[in-house]
Amino acid sequence: MTPEELRGQVEAFLAEHPVATTEPSAFLHARYQAGLAWVAFPEGQGGLGASRALQPLVSDLFEAAGAPDNNPRRNGIGLGMAAPTILAYGTPEQKARFLEPLWCGEEIWCQLFSEPGAGSDLAGLATRAVLDGDEWVVNGQKVWTSGAHNADFAILVARTDPDVPKHRGLTYFLCDMHDPGVEVRPLRQITGEAEFNEVFLTDVRIPDAHRLGAVGQGWEVANATLNNERVAIGGAAMPREGGMLGVVAESWREHPENHTPELRDRLLKLWVESEVARLTGARLRQKLAVGQPGPEGSAMKLTFAKVNQQLTGLDLELRGEEGLRYEDGDGWAMVRPEHVDFGGRDAVYRYLRAKGNSIEGGTSEILRNIVAERVLGLPGEHRVDKDVSWKAIPR
Amino acid sequence: MSAAEVELLDNELDADLRATVRSFLAERCGPADVVKAYDGDGSLTPVLWKGLSAELGLAGLLIPESHGGAGASAREAAVVLEELGRSVAPVPFLTSAVVATSVLLAAPTEKGVELLGGLAAGERTAALVVPLPATTVQPLEAVETEVRSVAGALEADTLLVPVTTPAGVEVRAVPAAHAEITPVSSLDMTRRLADVRLDPAAGEVVVAAEDGADAVRSGLLAGAALMASEQVGVAQWCLTTTVEYLKVRRQFGRIVGGYQALKHRLADLYTSVEGAGAAARYAAGALALGDAEETRIATHVAAAYCGDLAVTAAEEAVQLHGGIGMTWEHPAHLYLKRAKADQIAYGLPGLHRDRLGAIVDI
Repeated sequence: MTPEELRGQVEAFLAEHPVATTEPSAFLHARYQAGLAWVAFPEGQGGLGASRALQPLVSDLFEAAGAPDNNPRRNGIGLGMAAPTILAYGTPEQKARFLEPLWCGEEIWCQLFSEPGAGSDLAGLATRAVLDGDEWVVNGQKVWTSGAHNADFAILVARTDPDVPKHRGLTYFLCDMHDPGVEVRPLRQITGEAEFNEVFLTDVRIPDAHRLGAVGQGWEVANATLNNERVAIGGAAMPREGGMLGVVAESWREHPENHTPELRDRLLKLWVESEVARLTGARLRQKLAVGQPGPEGSAMKLTFAKVNQQLTGLDLELRGEEGLRYEDGDGWAMVRPEHVDFGGRDAVYRYLRAKGNSIEGGTSEILRNIVAERVLGLPGEHRVDKDVSWKAIPR
Repeated sequence: MSAAEVELLDNELDADLRATVRSFLAERCGPADVVKAYDGDGSLTPVLWKGLSAELGLAGLLIPESHGGAGASAREAAVVLEELGRSVAPVPFLTSAVVATSVLLAAPTEKGVELLGGLAAGERTAALVVPLPATTVQPLEAVETEVRSVAGALEADTLLVPVTTPAGVEVRAVPAAHAEITPVSSLDMTRRLADVRLDPAAGEVVVAAEDGADAVRSGLLAGAALMASEQVGVAQWCLTTTVEYLKVRRQFGRIVGGYQALKHRLADLYTSVEGAGAAARYAAGALALGDAEETRIATHVAAAYCGDLAVTAAEEAVQLHGGIGMTWEHPAHLYLKRAKADQIAYGLPGLHRDRLGAIVDI
């Protein structure tokens, strides 16, 4: 499909469903059914089987027409992680049941992966799922669950066989967050608010029809989800001096009274590093476009975390007295935000929130292992737990 | 212009060019040959340079076909420089085929055009007479004078001399035979410096007074922009060689590359080398497209980043090789010396950041 053909389809759709007179929810469902939701998905599942590269064009055309959106910031995990995994591993019934309400923003998703005892070592997780008739009964505790308080469904990984080595005993489920056995408790963070949650699962019942992939295939399916997460982080094109650099460069310009040669040189170092990261991302996209796979996604995220943390720290210094005050919204009051907004908040919030960048989605230490082992081919870590039954591992 | 418009990867022609240069250097420019320059044997340079400039025709990459050159661009020169950096090749490609050539190309007189033809054919070699570090136009008075620490002069038959005149800075070409060129024992003997004593009056005008200052500036900018690619080549060699060594070296009964303290340093180095590659290629691409402000921004970014990165890569190579990295026998020191000298030659990273800040309002 050419960009011109796609443009024609969008224009025809907009003529048939005028933005001004179509009810937003009906508009979104019609857009999904026309294959203009995520164009790279297959026909009948919100897409046209077109190139992923055409998605920005579709998004731009609908945005320019003033079309209602599906509030993507509120459903980042659904759109970025759950949907591609369901597409890859789901049954026809699962795709028909879940993808449309997900895309339309009617069902919000969260991710039940990490546990108190399973962070970097995700495959060691302990939440148990036991088959009872045609339902699975799930017990355990999950943590760092962004947006669980708004979510309708979760992608969940649980242990279905504790007798085999840890990677082989996992199964992936689609879990109803409204089940009476699901309890969501806010987890207050260093910013004062609770963007994350702890989720307690007590005799939660999941129909076997909501198992994604085979029993014991959970690790493979979970990795598909995590790979999509890293594509999402490294994938976006950015203008020069965009993102956090733009925010901090503006602080510099607004606070001439605080200028010193040392602060200027540090800001310029970060300007250079941000620009280099931007160009590295552009090159990575060129590589992907000609089909050379890029294991460099992990390296991109390492740089992103480091630069973001240094920029947000410098921002407080540039602001001087203002950097000592935290008057955003209700200050330190405990709130439960609708979505995460790295750039649009108070400088103190940004500094504190950025500390999570080197922890979430794979710590920088784990990402360095990945780069060293999978890109450079250096020996793997010493592992004592790989070939023994999960239940024999000390914890 | 945006990053999306500049090709940041090798295309097919780039890949062919790279393979040609790499196999040429693999055959004739091994570390055991290069290190001789430090023991007083400079015989490798003329042989290599003749092969690269005349046989492979690389000296004329930046020169348009109308002046007898290959009519290629800074992109192709960047590919060549990455390979030259990877071999620390002791040739005057950067000083003659990039810096001096770019000075001439800015606005050549008739004599300048004639010289370009000779450079393109590999029959002549030129050097801009500026003391390193070279960051600004430093014209000479039109009297006999000495300029210290000039790069490329030892290999050149023609010296390009910026001279102050009442009408501005003109560039004159002085035959090397009319100058006194004294070799200097240099930090980097693979780009050996010389002290040059000459009388600018002995030369003919190759860039006229109204264009000379801009011409010299554009030569120095091209030098900084494309040296970044050489620095990438240096850094890539350091990374690759160190990774390979740590995959075979054993201590405490283990491959030392399996230790996380070392793995993580190499992962960080890889990340930076990848970034440097993108920045250097973008600077070359911007130079090739010719947008003046974009070229300056891209050059300052690449020079600031790659200058420090190449030094880090070479220092990591020495450290992570352990004792052997400290020896004369191991080639790591050739790369360390080149990287450190490169970091200083066309402006320190801090100077490039300062100039960048002036452009981007910081």
